[in-house]
Amino acid sequence: MKLKSVVASVALAGSIAAVSAPAMARDTINIVGSSTVYPFATVVAERFGRNTDFPTPKLESTGSGGGLKLFCAGIGTQHPDITNASRRIKKSEVELCASNGVEDITEVKIGSDGIVIANSKNGPAVDLSLKQIFLALAKEVPDPKGGEKLVANPYEKWSDIDSSLPNEEIFVMGPPPTSGTRDAFVEIAMEGGCKKYDWIKAIKKQDKSKYKSICHSMREDGPFVEAGENDNLIVQRLEQDDHAFGIFGYSFLMENSGKIQAATINGVGPTPETIADEAYPVARSLYFYIKNAHVGVVPGIQEYVAEFTSEGAWGDNGYLVDVGLIPNPRKTRMEVVKRVKNLTPLTAAEL
Amino acid sequence: MTDQRSQAEIVRESLKVRYRKERRFRLYGMAAIAVALLSLLILFTDIVGKGYTGFIKTTITLDVSLDGEAMYLEDARDKDQLSMADFQAPIISALQEYFPEATGRKDVRELKRLVGSYAGNRVRNLLTEQPELLGTTQTMTFLVHDTVSVYVKHAGSDAYSIRLSEQQQRWVDELVEKGVVETAFNDVFFSRGDSREPSNAGVLGAIVGSLFTMVVTIAIAFPVGVAAAVYLEEFAPQNKLTDFIEVNINNLAAVPSIIFGLLGLAVFIGLFGMPRSVPVVGGLVLALMTLPTIIISSRAAIKSVPPSIREAAEGMGASKMQVVLHHVVPLAMPGMMTGSIIGMAQALGETAPLLLIGMVAFIVEIPDGFFSSATVLPVQIYLWASSAEQGFVELASAGIMILLTFMITMNAMAIWLRKRLERRW
Repeated sequence: MKLKSVVASVALAGSIAAVSAPAMARDTINIVGSSTVYPFATVVAERFGRNTDFPTPKLESTGSGGGLKLFCAGIGTQHPDITNASRRIKKSEVELCASNGVEDITEVKIGSDGIVIANSKNGPAVDLSLKQIFLALAKEVPDPKGGEKLVANPYEKWSDIDSSLPNEEIFVMGPPPTSGTRDAFVEIAMEGGCKKYDWIKAIKKQDKSKYKSICHSMREDGPFVEAGENDNLIVQRLEQDDHAFGIFGYSFLMENSGKIQAATINGVGPTPETIADEAYPVARSLYFYIKNAHVGVVPGIQEYVAEFTSEGAWGDNGYLVDVGLIPNPRKTRMEVVKRVKNLTPLTAAEL
Repeated sequence: MTDQRSQAEIVRESLKVRYRKERRFRLYGMAAIAVALLSLLILFTDIVGKGYTGFIKTTITLDVSLDGEAMYLEDARDKDQLSMADFQAPIISALQEYFPEATGRKDVRELKRLVGSYAGNRVRNLLTEQPELLGTTQTMTFLVHDTVSVYVKHAGSDAYSIRLSEQQQRWVDELVEKGVVETAFNDVFFSRGDSREPSNAGVLGAIVGSLFTMVVTIAIAFPVGVAAAVYLEEFAPQNKLTDFIEVNINNLAAVPSIIFGLLGLAVFIGLFGMPRSVPVVGGLVLALMTLPTIIISSRAAIKSVPPSIREAAEGMGASKMQVVLHHVVPLAMPGMMTGSIIGMAQALGETAPLLLIGMVAFIVEIPDGFFSSATVLPVQIYLWASSAEQGFVELASAGIMILLTFMITMNAMAIWLRKRLERRW
């Protein structure tokens, strides 16, 4: 019956697979990982493909966590060679890798990315502190009447938080929880503002998960809207609505600098200089990880990495700066290059 | 009497109400159609309005003097020298012919940013192929930088922000006036794979990827679907098991497509160890997804073949198999094909299941087989729509237009087949 045809089709698929599987020696580098690093890695990959005799690497945008999961699944050409990440690899992921035989991983820190809070140029220019960001967007905030207790976020207008802020409804669009940008925003900006309250900070020592739920929960009553992974959509909304703010990566601000402006945080605006020297607080480092066992098996990995870490690419005047990468300071770059040349594996102690 | 009159009146009055009701009912229908058409119109105007500029490329034509000294290149046959040579230099000096005042470091940098990033590669390729051209002057046409292209095409439009400095804008204006910077039909779009630079990006890679994927899908889904339908309709005994299978096929047609992606990931990639991002796996997954559609429509087509034909064939002494193969299936073929084409059109626009099997990827090279990495049209559109560069906005819309063209063609083919081949009894 139908069952038979299903069996037949599965058998057919199986036979195709059986024919194909042994012949899968690969000559194209496979890269997976973060959608934040994707725009930078693709530029390098394309240049690499055009300027060398190696084929252009294949890049999948799977998110940092998804990428590391694929990367750590094992050694062999069916697994990716490099994974990009918009955060550092976690200890648990190193352990997962090791349990699947992926022992030696080389870490490459490629630079930083700033996260901006921006609005239309027709709207007011604002200066926020991390504490104000937390108060505007957290699910529960310390009681404005004082005392050490939490209440559901009562703030409706920016001016409710601080009279220096505009007398307008709070309306902020940001990425969903699956996004690395959201993770970073929550960890740096929200938690940064949250721990300004000493008594909340004190909770961290007693009950870490309670501390996390206080500091990391975004409000769900309207003023914060999850706008999907597509930052272009947020930018479009900002153009139409002068009162709206959006949270996204620095490269989108740069690309649309004619239409939108970024809020300064503690008086510091996001520029390549302030992000690189960490004066702008909401920034994170970007990485990629190389599977050392694949170097020499899949051709071109070292050459690709060399292209990525060349001054012409990630240097102060390199082409990655044109697409929005904030380069590492030169000293860090030199250290990373040295590491990459020797393929020095990451040790658990470093994390 | 009074009773009768009043009854006639009641009828007459109610008639009015009933006519009014009918008119209103028709109006509702027309309004519904108007809303549907209007939204379609808005969608199309938006897409075409945004996308038509995607079919236009902006080029710059320069007399490039291939001066060996300026490029640090003595012999274009020497590979080492080629890799160390500066191919940007002749392009910059060609631009300086027009703007001799641009000599400072910053000016040169701005000048360099007028021309696309891969202009230097063009010079290098030319010299690699024809080393004897070293020292001559060649007229070459390059793509301009993305920002220049946006400026030339969209200056004054609110939807785009111009990222050229005032000096650059002046330069570009002057070059446009002199006819050095021109717009032309965007052949690059139809002859290349993806690129991170909008002006270099093309849709051909995605079209070829879609084609390979669809070939696998139809090669598997059509025979399997038709065989299943024929068996279920003609041979299967009427029992609980058949009913159960039937219900499940109908259910399968309603399963969200991402589930098929999960299945593909687990079975084809996990169990059989097939590579990620290849059209074979994509095709298999989409075949599973379209199977129910094909089975259901094929069964309907078989059912519509009148029993008299079967009986006549049987009366002439044909075996069951002969009846099916010589009469029922050929007569049901147009209906089966229509169903398959509609199923394929659906599969062509699918992205969700492909996400999980790695076909949402940046792939520059045009796929050359069923086992080379590929992406498909809707995925390409998605990737462009989520890129930061402004030039990709128009490319995404242009890609949508191409996808829609394919869809409309396929649907028109289905209608034509039905009209042309279907027989009425």
